[in-house]
Amino acid sequence: MNEQHIRLPEGSIEKTTTTLNLGPTHPATHGVMQNILELDGERVVSTEQTIGYIHRAFEKLAERRPLYQITTLTDRLNYCSSPINNMGWHLTCEKLLGVQTPKRVDYLRVIIMELARISDHLICNSIVGVDAGAYTGFLYVMQYRELIYEIYEEVCGARLTTNMGRIGGFERNFSNTAFEKIEKFLKEYPKVLQEFEDLFIRNRIFMDRTQGTGGISAERALNYGFTGPNLRAAGVDYDLRVQQPYSSYEDFQFNIPVGTTGDNYDRWLVRQREMWESLSIIDQAYRKVQDFKGKEAEVYHADAPAYYLPAKADVYTKMEALIYHFKIVMGETEIPKGEVYQAVEGGNGELGFYLISDGGRTPYRLHFRRPCFVYYQAYEELIKGSMLSDAIMTMSSLNLIAGELDA
Amino acid sequence: MNLSNEYVQQRLVEKFGDQVHSFEEPYSMLTFEAPKELNLKVLNFLFDDVHLQYRFLTDLTGVHYPDQAGRELAVVYHLHNLSAKHRIRFKVFTDIQMPDVYTATGLFATANWMERETFDFYGVNFVGHPNLKRILNVEEMDYFPLRKEFPLEDQTRIDKDDAMFGRG
Repeated sequence: MNEQHIRLPEGSIEKTTTTLNLGPTHPATHGVMQNILELDGERVVSTEQTIGYIHRAFEKLAERRPLYQITTLTDRLNYCSSPINNMGWHLTCEKLLGVQTPKRVDYLRVIIMELARISDHLICNSIVGVDAGAYTGFLYVMQYRELIYEIYEEVCGARLTTNMGRIGGFERNFSNTAFEKIEKFLKEYPKVLQEFEDLFIRNRIFMDRTQGTGGISAERALNYGFTGPNLRAAGVDYDLRVQQPYSSYEDFQFNIPVGTTGDNYDRWLVRQREMWESLSIIDQAYRKVQDFKGKEAEVYHADAPAYYLPAKADVYTKMEALIYHFKIVMGETEIPKGEVYQAVEGGNGELGFYLISDGGRTPYRLHFRRPCFVYYQAYEELIKGSMLSDAIMTMSSLNLIAGELDA
Repeated sequence: MNLSNEYVQQRLVEKFGDQVHSFEEPYSMLTFEAPKELNLKVLNFLFDDVHLQYRFLTDLTGVHYPDQAGRELAVVYHLHNLSAKHRIRFKVFTDIQMPDVYTATGLFATANWMERETFDFYGVNFVGHPNLKRILNVEEMDYFPLRKEFPLEDQTRIDKDDAMFGRG
């Protein structure tokens, strides 16, 4: 480390480090962000991160939108797991409005959120593989992300920016095709996940590339506000699904995997283990949903007429439904005065919504606590003194999503 | 050790007297206010006190209230004690002419970018911050866009003729 790699002739005034612009459109950054690296040979001396290339002022836009129109903004935060963002936003609104969701809605939401978590972790883990030179895993697992997207499509009609669900529940009941696809996923995916895991977990090249690089201690990680898999890889068992259960997560049995060193390998292992746990949660939730019989199996939203759109048939025949329909669509519903903070366990950690309402029709202030934004500032500390190639691996194993960084 | 809102409030009042005030519990989260000169003292106390230990800064953000003369800008801290599973919300208010607030970067490394973001959007000047410059907006920008004096386009404006857009 102390040895200077660039040697200049005696008396030269040239600088002994190289400046390298990594990004904003470099394929290895997996998103629009820039890193100005100062290199000594191949070692990173310092780095400065520049972000904001896709800043879209969501917090400002949200101040002029009725609650239901903000769901589309949350899609575009972490677009690898948009349903979690959507559900998090609905939970925030429901907390503010005091809407109680039925159990079946909670379980359906759990299924969707865990599917989204799997698709998020799947992308991250396979991309770490790609950056280490292993393309096969990435291509292989994509067909199961495709299946997850087909399930989204069956539930809400969209694939990437889902705008899924409504305040109080879902826009429609899950179709039989949706349930068939979930069953197919539960049946086929474990085998694929196992194969994917076997490709990497004891692979000598992969272990050499990831072990001991990009590590962080639990104490520093907490001080840096790490949450989610990146914090758990450092050994802190903080998971919001257990700490402050929402959407009936307390009804499920699952483990919280933790690592020890917080390095790239541990982050990969934690995400991998979490996918297995998510699978088990989906399985439990699916069984619970199947247990609802008769009228109960038809429930897919809460009884909140002032915020949940009435059925179309009622709009044409009932005066009250027509009024509610008009008021909701035109955004003319006054929301109660209040201040809420609601957080969900997103793909990358604690995704928080801080909503202040002054009693108008739109939020007075809405702030997104974006996990990516919070932990990316530790990047310099993570890679200082390491090789440039490790810096790339660290960036992808942190799972930086530009949409979430910039809001 | 379990923490309750009452206990935290009692400890704060014991330590700071009536300088901490406006205790509220919106949606069961303890919320209180202190003068901006005291923000570091309060944060330090919450961080270090053996029974409180609020060592996780979840969120830091700003709010603009143009109608409150002399206290137009708020800085809101969300703190979390992970082992006691207890969250609190702490606010300081500042004058918009002299929006100086002490930085919390000495306590929390995570406050660095959060404060830069708050500066970027609200112009709160965090005194002692190691690198206070814009983070999401371009550096040449000379205003603070999330302040309320910059409205989004008014949707009821009449100078837009719908006929021009094929509507009506």
